[in-house]
Amino acid sequence: MTTDAAEGGVEAAGVAPAADVGFLQRYGASIEYILIPAAALIGALAVFGLFVAMYGKNPLDLYFYMYYGAFGTWFSWQNTLTRAAPLILTALCTALPAQLGMVIIGGEGALLIGALSATAAALAMQGAAPIVVQIAMVIAGVIGGGLWITLSGALRQYRGVNETISSLLLVYIGLAILNHLVEGAMRDPASLNKPSTREIGAANMIGTIPGTDVHWGLVFGLVAAIASYILIYHTTFGFAARVAGGNIRAAKIVGLGVGKLILTICFLAGACAGLAGMIEVAAVQGRTNANLAAGYGFTGILVAFLARQNPLAIIPVAILLGGISASGGLLQRRLGLPDASVLVLQGIIFVFVLASDALYGRIGFLKGKS
Amino acid sequence: MDFGRISRRHLLQGGAALAAGSALGLRGAMAAETTIGFIYVGSRDDYGYNQAHAQGAAALKKLPGLKVVEEEKVPETDAVEKTIESMINLDGASLLFPTSFGYYNPHMIKMANKFPKLRFEHCGGLWSEKDPKNAGSYFGYIDEAQYISGIVAGYSSKSGKLGFVAAKPIPQVLRNINAFTLGARLANPKATTQVIFTGDWSMPVKEAEATNSLIDQGVDVLTCHVDGPKTMVENAARRGAMVCGYHVNQSPLAPKAYLTGAEWNWEALYPKFVKMIAAGETIPNFYRGGLKEEIVKTSPYGEAVSAEARKHADDIKAKFLSAEGYAIFKGGLVDNKGKTVIAAGTDRGQKDPELEKMDYLVEGVLGATS
Repeated sequence: MTTDAAEGGVEAAGVAPAADVGFLQRYGASIEYILIPAAALIGALAVFGLFVAMYGKNPLDLYFYMYYGAFGTWFSWQNTLTRAAPLILTALCTALPAQLGMVIIGGEGALLIGALSATAAALAMQGAAPIVVQIAMVIAGVIGGGLWITLSGALRQYRGVNETISSLLLVYIGLAILNHLVEGAMRDPASLNKPSTREIGAANMIGTIPGTDVHWGLVFGLVAAIASYILIYHTTFGFAARVAGGNIRAAKIVGLGVGKLILTICFLAGACAGLAGMIEVAAVQGRTNANLAAGYGFTGILVAFLARQNPLAIIPVAILLGGISASGGLLQRRLGLPDASVLVLQGIIFVFVLASDALYGRIGFLKGKS
Repeated sequence: MDFGRISRRHLLQGGAALAAGSALGLRGAMAAETTIGFIYVGSRDDYGYNQAHAQGAAALKKLPGLKVVEEEKVPETDAVEKTIESMINLDGASLLFPTSFGYYNPHMIKMANKFPKLRFEHCGGLWSEKDPKNAGSYFGYIDEAQYISGIVAGYSSKSGKLGFVAAKPIPQVLRNINAFTLGARLANPKATTQVIFTGDWSMPVKEAEATNSLIDQGVDVLTCHVDGPKTMVENAARRGAMVCGYHVNQSPLAPKAYLTGAEWNWEALYPKFVKMIAAGETIPNFYRGGLKEEIVKTSPYGEAVSAEARKHADDIKAKFLSAEGYAIFKGGLVDNKGKTVIAAGTDRGQKDPELEKMDYLVEGVLGATS
């Protein structure tokens, strides 16, 4: 199959013939992709407002503080973007394999292994120029995380092991390896009560985007999301992946190398999460310890599903969830709500978005006349 | 969702808010209404580490002119930096208590450098000369209270087998296990402490399994060093064993089985800190103390504690409170592998920095550090 044929296929599948179609017919599907999640979000916020009202708090206060804490000031925006940065990358770890119909939920494990590999690379290269060390950390993080998820892909391809279960279990194995090394071979003897590796050194940290408090991880995330989108929707490789995801037998019949696709996509997915781990080390923690297991990998699953596995949609969804978590503190402080209320909101949004899936293609006025 | 419009409008407002934030920083350390921020790593009603700090915060709320803001379940990542900044920028906090060990370096140090006019007090860190002057670390010699618990446990155990559910083999934990065992052997020289490490600070399932397995081996008095002792206390009481508490008083959970416990006394220390600041005194950057300094305390004895045990424990407690003090770790101390860890003739008093590096289990402890 040639590139031209593949791209032609995308066009044919995505849009009806260009001649004499109405606006809704042409853009109805795209509008749906914005309207339905937005409605689901508003519905979820309304239900959460009722939930909070039962606690005896004013829902309007709730909405104001959520907005204020997430987007209300420049500080709040930076807070939100900082929290969104790792989520974009960990969400890609779920969204990329989803194109193949695989459900990978082990981004947390790839993040930890990526962090560990990046730290090991930095510690092995002490004394080299910072830019060299940083590049080595990126490479190590990408390879470490990539191979970790490739393990799940290989188990699925060659042994028929369910990739969802294996990737989840690999999270705990990854955490155990991290703890083992951090408390043993890689431990800085000076880290008495918080076993940690040695620090990678202030010079090797990647710092923040000028003029902001947001670290460069956000840019890495944006680039990775956009690159993933192009890969999936505008290359032969991506088209082949989506064909295999739609019907694996058909893909095999037309001669697609499904095994190679699975391994490559799994590697790219893990590479994204591994990169998130590298950034946590190089932009935030400065070393590896148990703090890295902060659940970014798991929140990333939520982001990917809310974005309907679309790499571009992951960006606004990650910002939204970053905002919810940024405003969570303000809800605790101003309204006296327990921390779990943020989890309740995330859960309600999740349920609404999943339920709203049933609406696609069923909203009459968006179909247009033909 | 129109993030773009919001962002432009609030960029300007945000600039103003940022300016206001730094103006707050320039305000005197203790103005008419002072806001104090508390940050917890777990939930503040965990019957453990975080509740102990929340009790200290509650004591501050009773003082006039103070406003306390609290946030729970804040992970040890840049999330805590953002929470600190949010408390400063949005709530006007001028004194901050990030209470979890992992908040210290790099997170709290970074914030202390960023807001040099504000005061940061951290629980458990090891402040050193290279750290900012507006940051401090405080901690208590809670092994004194564990030693008293050990004495009571030694008298109360019929089998002479004691159990210890511990998180990680780090110096602070090993010191508690050793002090508890040495106290118990004061009461019953043949007493042994079986220790089980769960591997992390909050592992309720493993803690319950450890509790059950200890009781199955004939242990009849248990204590622990994990973040939330609730699991151990409730399970042990259900099985008919007795318990010594940790962090806070857990007797409401098991009124009959509760003997005594090693508690933090933050409700005495925090008001003291605030009064020192108000009086213009400087809080030492490295602040430590035990029973005598009222940083730790013991729970009131339960009804099952014999008169003999009470008398012995009270005698030792009086020695801790006396001017000359009392050394738990005395010369001629042998570890459980038969090696002499403190040479005869050198008593290691509480403030001895060697004790902060403890990496052994004393004779009488059944278990290994790795």
